[in-house]
Amino acid sequence: MRGDSDQSLTLVYLARLRDAFGASGERVVLPPDIATAGALRAWLAARGGPWATELAPGRTVRIAVNHDIAQPDTPVRPGDEVALLPPVTGG
Amino acid sequence: MTVRVQREDFDVGRELAALRGADPRVGAVAAFIGTVRDVNDDANVKKLTLEHYPGMTEKALAGIVADATARWDIFDAIVIHRVGELAPADQIVLVGVTSAHRGDAFAACEFIMDYLKTRAPFWKKESTPEGIRWVDARASDEDAAARWNETPGENA
Repeated sequence: MRGDSDQSLTLVYLARLRDAFGASGERVVLPPDIATAGALRAWLAARGGPWATELAPGRTVRIAVNHDIAQPDTPVRPGDEVALLPPVTGG
Repeated sequence: MTVRVQREDFDVGRELAALRGADPRVGAVAAFIGTVRDVNDDANVKKLTLEHYPGMTEKALAGIVADATARWDIFDAIVIHRVGELAPADQIVLVGVTSAHRGDAFAACEFIMDYLKTRAPFWKKESTPEGIRWVDARASDEDAAARWNETPGENA
């Protein structure tokens, strides 16, 4: 159980994005004004380097919040698992 | 309805026999089997590594099967997708559907496969003589899935 004081959420990076970012994920505490999937993406892109490249507005990256595909206005909250997915290539 | 993500190979005959069981309502069984090709985008493929997003994958596949069940008159469906290292000619995916008549079975099977290709979180990495590379998504797969789409904008 997480305490009420833990304001972090879990980020998961998959496939090509994991390679580009050099990590399979991390825990972050979001600034108060970052409250949606779209805002989170822009916040990460502002890190620059591979983040800016991979998450540039034209790049197709889907975001899943707690295992459901999210839209830019989908809320993200502490305790959520938020995954960044490159275009899928299964089947 | 059965959804499985597994490293092991599967026996198509056994899976389809189990799918239809002894259900006398079944008049049609449609199945699709996806296999590994040895050439992709002009490169020789020696090995394919499939990864997925555990937790979301099962949920996404179950959702796709539920969509198919809502749209067509089908009795049962199975989706098996392999992950891990695969070689050319290996089986990757099985979709099987039972129905009273072939029309529903064919359509639901194709729908499940089209949606799986564009919505289920699997990724392929190829080993070729030139090195290892992530496989690019194909616009033709999005087009195939969009044929079934009645709600524009969902592909964002």
